[in-house]
Amino acid sequence: MYRLRNVPVHVLLIAGAVSMILPFFWMVSTSFKTPQEIFLFPPTWVPQSPTVHNYVQAWSEVPFPRYFLNTIIIAACMVCGVIITSCLAAYAFAKLEFPGRETLFILMLSMMIVPQAVYLVPSFIIVSALGWMDTYMALIVPWLAQIFSIFLLRQQFRSIPNDYYDAALIDGCSRMGFLWKILVPLSRPTIITIGLFALLGSWNSFIWPLIMTNTDTLRPIQVGLSYFAQEQGTEHGLMMAAATFCVAPVIVIYFFAQKQVIESYAKSGIKG
Amino acid sequence: MQRGETSVAASTWRGSEWKKLARGLAYIAPAGIIIIVFRVLPIIAAFAVSFYYVMMGKIVGFAGLSQYAMLFRDSEFWNALLNTTYFVIGTVPLSLFLSLFIANLLNQKIRGLGGYRTLYFLPVVTSLVAVAMVWKWIYHPRLGLLNYLVGLVGMTPKMWLEEPRGIFSMIAGGAGLSLPEWASGPSLALVALIITNLWRGLGYNIIIFLAGLQNIPGEYYEAARIDGANRWHMFWKITWPLISPVTFYIVIMTTIVSFQVFTLVYLMTGSPPGGPLGTTKVLVYYIFEKGFESGGDMGYASCVALVLFGIVLSLTLIQRRIIEKRVHYN
Repeated sequence: MYRLRNVPVHVLLIAGAVSMILPFFWMVSTSFKTPQEIFLFPPTWVPQSPTVHNYVQAWSEVPFPRYFLNTIIIAACMVCGVIITSCLAAYAFAKLEFPGRETLFILMLSMMIVPQAVYLVPSFIIVSALGWMDTYMALIVPWLAQIFSIFLLRQQFRSIPNDYYDAALIDGCSRMGFLWKILVPLSRPTIITIGLFALLGSWNSFIWPLIMTNTDTLRPIQVGLSYFAQEQGTEHGLMMAAATFCVAPVIVIYFFAQKQVIESYAKSGIKG
Repeated sequence: MQRGETSVAASTWRGSEWKKLARGLAYIAPAGIIIIVFRVLPIIAAFAVSFYYVMMGKIVGFAGLSQYAMLFRDSEFWNALLNTTYFVIGTVPLSLFLSLFIANLLNQKIRGLGGYRTLYFLPVVTSLVAVAMVWKWIYHPRLGLLNYLVGLVGMTPKMWLEEPRGIFSMIAGGAGLSLPEWASGPSLALVALIITNLWRGLGYNIIIFLAGLQNIPGEYYEAARIDGANRWHMFWKITWPLISPVTFYIVIMTTIVSFQVFTLVYLMTGSPPGGPLGTTKVLVYYIFEKGFESGGDMGYASCVALVLFGIVLSLTLIQRRIIEKRVHYN
């Protein structure tokens, strides 16, 4: 009885899931095809004589290893940096008492309404003025503070009773010590959330590094991939192979941590 | 008496309050300095630059408000605004409907909930660059998967991303009618971008809706069931009103995000991007093109960006006003 009633629901959900997966399937399938097979129409679903040639060629055609290295450096700095700056700022906004705290917090939050498009031109000017154009500095430093992460962490810190804070200070714990020894360990899920956002954000960021880099060797992965796509306009097998190995790391992380990723997004939506 | 109190207050302010303020600011400083230099300063700079004529990144003269006046006569700007509007109107209601529908299907005791959730969310974590590349290949006019699938259901192959004709006039044309220019609607190329954008963002909205639905106490539905309410009634009388804050959030977020579409246009259409015949040129791409591609006219690009900001801000405020009257907060 239970199962019969749910059959139409499953049919709809499976149809939806198939349309979500199909582009990924098509990407991987194309990436293993020979050029001859790619030009078949109607197309074949599964490669008839699978080859890894596309992967080998795409990987060596442009410096993808370098792009990966750049992205890993940027992502590592961003994840650590965002966690440290967010913890410090969120701590001040949640637990320290000082005049103007709430006003400052609201002013900071209001910055989130500004669309990214407004930043393109003036950020370019500021980064040029700092002499950071085409350096790692331009790709990393501006992203070391995330307003939304400060917001999420402040909400979390506020949920921890003030009694802990008072008691710790009376027992001779320093303010810094309380943050790192008590608040941070108690807030692990939220810290993982902001770390994940920083990781995904840096792995997938595109417009910013597109504008801030000229040198091939400085390009992070998405910019490198986009130039590769523009150069290889008709080599569909090569492009799909490159797209596959550029999304693979994130998808692997996603499948291992999918519960945490999805819950992070869900939580951020309701509070945001 | 009064004087005494004031002086006491002033002296405490001088002493411990200043110390507290300094301590608070010290903790905020690492994030705060970055936010000031890379979030606050650029906004001031954006306004400042928009008052100047800039060429190749160099200021060549004071423009005052004349570049804003120029905007009104710039047909490319109006075209970009129209395309962006089509894109938003095509994305928001459909995404809202589909994600609420799927979230409702998922919000019951069904097998494989986790699996469905994981799959629907997968496109959200995938980079837009890869998404654009894959979908461009799917839309390929000669070899694309979509034209193959479309052929299976008996439709003629389409040009997709290379089709400048409006979809309304294409549909009307199929019925032997012809529509005036202004009613021809978004080009099929722009519709193709809307479909890709829907596919990419659906999972996020589903997850947010699902979280909202799971917060509605089960007893409400129990009580309604005892009173003999059917599913349709339960949806409109319980779910819809209680989910309205989430709906509000999703409408605003989807609107703001789709107003800023760039990467899909930049990588899927072309060449140059924005084609065919400028029918997919959207505002952010226009900003990019003006400011960074053709002649580095950053003053004018800033004008366009600030107008975009104005539109997004007023839409948010209007939506807030309209929906606030209907939103039920607990």
